[in-house]
Amino acid sequence: MDPVSTPSLEVSGLAFAYPDGHQALFGVDFSVGRGERVALLGPNGAGKTTLVLHLNGILTGGAGTVTVAGLPVGKQHMAEIRRRVGIVFQDPDDQLFMPTVREDVAFGPAAAGLKGPELEERVDRALTQVGMAEFKDRPPHHLSFGQRRRVAVATVLAMEPEILVLDEPSSNLDPASRRELADILRSLDVTVLMVTHDLPYALELCPRSLILSEGVIAADGKTAELLSDEDLMRAHRLELPFGFDPRSVRMGA
Amino acid sequence: MGAGHAHRLYRHGHSPVHALPPHTKLAAAFAFVVVVVSTPREAVWAFGLYAVLLAVVAQLARVPAGFLLKRLLIEVPFVAFAVLMPFVAEGARVDVLGLSLSVNGLWGAWNVLAKGTLGVAASVLLASTTELRELLLGLQRLRLPPLLVQIASFMIRYGDVITDEMRRMRIARESRGFEARGVRHWGVLAKSAGALFIRSYERGERVHLAMVSRGYAGSMPVIDEVTASRAQWSYALTLPLAALVVCLLGWTL
Repeated sequence: MDPVSTPSLEVSGLAFAYPDGHQALFGVDFSVGRGERVALLGPNGAGKTTLVLHLNGILTGGAGTVTVAGLPVGKQHMAEIRRRVGIVFQDPDDQLFMPTVREDVAFGPAAAGLKGPELEERVDRALTQVGMAEFKDRPPHHLSFGQRRRVAVATVLAMEPEILVLDEPSSNLDPASRRELADILRSLDVTVLMVTHDLPYALELCPRSLILSEGVIAADGKTAELLSDEDLMRAHRLELPFGFDPRSVRMGA
Repeated sequence: MGAGHAHRLYRHGHSPVHALPPHTKLAAAFAFVVVVVSTPREAVWAFGLYAVLLAVVAQLARVPAGFLLKRLLIEVPFVAFAVLMPFVAEGARVDVLGLSLSVNGLWGAWNVLAKGTLGVAASVLLASTTELRELLLGLQRLRLPPLLVQIASFMIRYGDVITDEMRRMRIARESRGFEARGVRHWGVLAKSAGALFIRSYERGERVHLAMVSRGYAGSMPVIDEVTASRAQWSYALTLPLAALVVCLLGWTL
């Protein structure tokens, strides 16, 4: 397998209906190259969360395939897939379930069989990456919301994933925590798929965006171009915040 | 709740007792209680010696007597009925200060009071020298069913989260002019409890999802290997062994 040409994530023909008959995905196709940062935009109820849960095999059984760095998502490699796909869920209180930050970050690698000094080193590295190293022995519920979100990112980074999937990373964050998280995400050398309807945040962090609407990928292109296309935006219930003009934003990185 | 960084029962310190591995302390406290309970109640002096043993441990652990005695108050509601025994028990009676008391009842009350107090004192010492988290690791090490340990550790993690949720629901109720007065309002409180249950249940599902996403497959990975040397074991077991000697003397003398 050639690491340059193998995309981090490849989704093709993915369709899924819930047991109650509600169909959430109608044939989703896209791929994310290694090292890319891609935003997945879409209104509420577009099927974003359903799609995310397919990426590490929590939901299966529909049509189509998901491939992570060349490995198909399926029963036989589930442990490896879950190590490779790091999902950061929206509510850090759901993600952080261990009594201390350190144990929480260690959970993933320990489940994969790591222990001793190697495990400790992994934990330290992940916490340093998100700037939370000095909070190692704190219980998660004594941290601020922004800090908890950063620890949640660290719990996933500790597994050294191929792709980081963030579900609404900016939700409930104050502007300073938002910027801190953006700095952290930019500093990481990892493929990122960011599910959000925070459009300025997508523009800030992701050069490329996908629009998921009514269970299909409705658009795929440069974030700035998509956000500037008013008809497209309106057609998919995506709205920019008042006074925000994507054309006026100069991109730094 | 949730203001401190450690549980209220714990008393931070660096004594030799604090430093012992948790499972040795658990085993020692449990064995001590078993020995105390199996001592004949007529050997009054033996219980005095047990109290001295505990005082020595408290001294080593640098737990002040006042702190220990205050914690012992927890026992009061449980031994209240012991006070009734001399009045209600059958058998030979004796006059004390003009009251006719049952001899058997007096012995029974003494038995409950002495053994209960010693047991509670041992537990208070254990709790004030061992962090809650460590206790769980100790239980895990002592092969308590892993499911029970997991449930207990989730209780520690989510106790504050759920208390907070309950508080928010109360504020929401009161903000809309609700005040619980009398039976007619119990319905509202019951519905709140139901809603809290459903919310917690759903959170449980989301937490499980986050755990599965990080490779959870039914058992918690071992993150901290707690081990005890032979010296630590013998140090911890000095207490129950000394108590055992007293107990045997109590039976033979």
